[in-house]
Amino acid sequence: MAEKLKPAERLKIPRHPMPAQDPVERRSNFSEVALGYTPEMAMEEAQRCLECKKPHCIDGCPVGIDIPAFIVEVREGRFDKALEIIKQTNTLPAICGRVCPQEDQCEQVCVVGNKYKPVAIGRLERFVADIELTGGTVSMPAAAEKTGYKVAIIGSGPAGLACAAELARMGHDVTIFEALHKPGGVLVYGIPEFRLPKSIVQYEIDNLKKMGVEIRCNYVIGKIATVRELMEEWGYDAVFIGTGAGLPYFMGIPGENYIGVLSANEFLTRVNLMKGYNFPEYDTPVQVGRRVAVVGSGNVAMDCLRTAMRLGSEHVICLYRRTRAESPARLEELEHAEEEGIDFRWLTSPVEVLGNDDGMVTGVRVIKMELGEPDASGRRRPVPIEGSEYEIEVDEVIMAIGQGPNPLVTQTTEGLELNRWGNIVADEETMATSIPGVFAGGDIVTGAATVILAMGAGKKAACGIDGFLRKKREAVPGASAAAV
Amino acid sequence: MATLISKETIAPQFTRYVLECEPIARKHRAGQFVMVLIHDHGERIPLTIADSDAEAGTITLVVQAVGKTTMEMELLEPGAEIQVAGPLGTPTHVERVGTCVCIGGGAGIAPLYPIAKAMKNAENHIISILGGRTKELVIMREEMEAVSDEMIYTTDDGSFGRKGLVTHALNDLIEERGKPDMVIAIGPAIMMKFVAEMTRPHEIPTIVSLNSIMIDGTGMCGGCRVGLGTETKFVCVDGPEFDGHKVDFDLLMKRQRTFVEQEEEARRRFEEQHRCRAMEGAEVS
Repeated sequence: MAEKLKPAERLKIPRHPMPAQDPVERRSNFSEVALGYTPEMAMEEAQRCLECKKPHCIDGCPVGIDIPAFIVEVREGRFDKALEIIKQTNTLPAICGRVCPQEDQCEQVCVVGNKYKPVAIGRLERFVADIELTGGTVSMPAAAEKTGYKVAIIGSGPAGLACAAELARMGHDVTIFEALHKPGGVLVYGIPEFRLPKSIVQYEIDNLKKMGVEIRCNYVIGKIATVRELMEEWGYDAVFIGTGAGLPYFMGIPGENYIGVLSANEFLTRVNLMKGYNFPEYDTPVQVGRRVAVVGSGNVAMDCLRTAMRLGSEHVICLYRRTRAESPARLEELEHAEEEGIDFRWLTSPVEVLGNDDGMVTGVRVIKMELGEPDASGRRRPVPIEGSEYEIEVDEVIMAIGQGPNPLVTQTTEGLELNRWGNIVADEETMATSIPGVFAGGDIVTGAATVILAMGAGKKAACGIDGFLRKKREAVPGASAAAV
Repeated sequence: MATLISKETIAPQFTRYVLECEPIARKHRAGQFVMVLIHDHGERIPLTIADSDAEAGTITLVVQAVGKTTMEMELLEPGAEIQVAGPLGTPTHVERVGTCVCIGGGAGIAPLYPIAKAMKNAENHIISILGGRTKELVIMREEMEAVSDEMIYTTDDGSFGRKGLVTHALNDLIEERGKPDMVIAIGPAIMMKFVAEMTRPHEIPTIVSLNSIMIDGTGMCGGCRVGLGTETKFVCVDGPEFDGHKVDFDLLMKRQRTFVEQEEEARRRFEEQHRCRAMEGAEVS
């Protein structure tokens, strides 16, 4: 048992940095950048937790992990027990430990953080989850007795996977319909290997399959069947829509259709899902500019910048109309990108893409911005500085300015209430939509957000669906679906 | 997953594939396509559904082997399992308009067929103009004849029908018989462009079906975007059929050449490998 330290002693321990691949080396490979804590590092980092009587961190977690409880187990070296605690509320910890914006969630409210650096909760979560991946005991959540109810889940991204795991645990028969040929959604097509190894996503998906979840790839719901058909003809008792934010936005500036201007989705899908970085071993080509500009500064933009660097681009430029402080990217990604040599041009916005007679991109004309009054989002609104335009020579421009809801499902589902941006309106508690038996969660409801928020919504929806199915059973006295 | 039931060479480079995939066959409407991936290292390519049989649960694809993937596809044997997603795209708007001229050039005849068939079933008078470089490249003649009231053939070399281009035949048709109620043209972008230019002064509604670069086919990547008047549209979800008078064909043709070097390299490598294998086989026997 580890020596129990007094609070003052614990606070003296500095927060352990994350071991990472050397920036120069990693710029030319797709291996994971953050290497993870050793058991010694994890146990010492765990000592920093004050085990608050009224912990704030749990409230800061979108899925409400019992953070102090799992950290105590880490401190004592009982990693399996720690994993069990995490898995009670989070089915995909190896993923969340890597991609959650902890600095805006659990770690933001950590009491230690008031005076010192907060406990590295995310890194500890990842450490615990990785123990399982590297051969620790697999703790499969115990499934309840089969209910006989069938639930269809549309989309196998974080919302769908979390919803499926919960429903399977509750004893329902779950089928996930995925439009692409591989399950995982944004975890597979969007987030690069160097940030989230695909073997980890595959491991979690295999776990779901072991729990009895069926995954059907190449099923484009809205086309091959509508939501109504799933319920009326395919025999599903409830449907969860977790189709994400897959529709790329463009800026609407001149020259945007030149060859060499592409959406972040296209660039990342070619590389991540189709393994374009291995062309011609893999058949999908990807454009690699000598000089690349990425527009935007969120996590998706960071992924594009760092991917372009790894594909061999000589100069990779980030164009963002606000400053570093307003950048929506996860801090670790921003720091990693800086270390890797990305040329950040803050307060800079493109006004036109330039091209030649063959339709190829030759540059981008930008304008400098300054921050004005706060806008509706509370951030200071960027205002163009007149006469500050200049040209940057580039041969590729990647638009990473956000994604909207893909309308394939919503437009084919009559009676489904949408908001003015095309997102589905869902009850905050149950995630129920305007159609009985149809639930929704994740980016399709909130607009582009984070993996963990989508997972939280998927979990909530699972409870909502379970409640709906129980009521359905009560409405037919004595008849459980299993008995029919 | 879909299972290859049969394949048949119907012309040099052209193969007809019949695939078993019941849910897609049941839902298919004229004008729609599927995304096909033939193996783990493959690329996803859009292919128009040339025909479907809901009862048999099959769809038919007619594919011209022009690139690495379509050449490799020719090597598939019946029983092979491939990944197929669909039916994608917005179906053809089918209604009774009167006389409808269906123009198909080369590989464009395959996607034209289900549309001509649907328009015929909607009691339109179908005049088909089919063209190709030479006689044997004017594919699916029998099928097209079955759904057409009149047929006009053109070949570049004069080996079949009249010598010349489909636009020549269209021009004469308009001059001799007056303007038809609608024109549907599918073929190389340059052909569709000239058909649209010809019908524009006559104000004949002209529908074209575009073949652009896609990855997912569900509106996610935006690689297929096309200029339509002042707007930008996605071929995969807004199309593939558009008003031919609004399409920016010059942009489309440029964008189709995005990966021309990589496509060339992949095809060259494939042909080399394939030739080597064929030669090894010859030595053994």
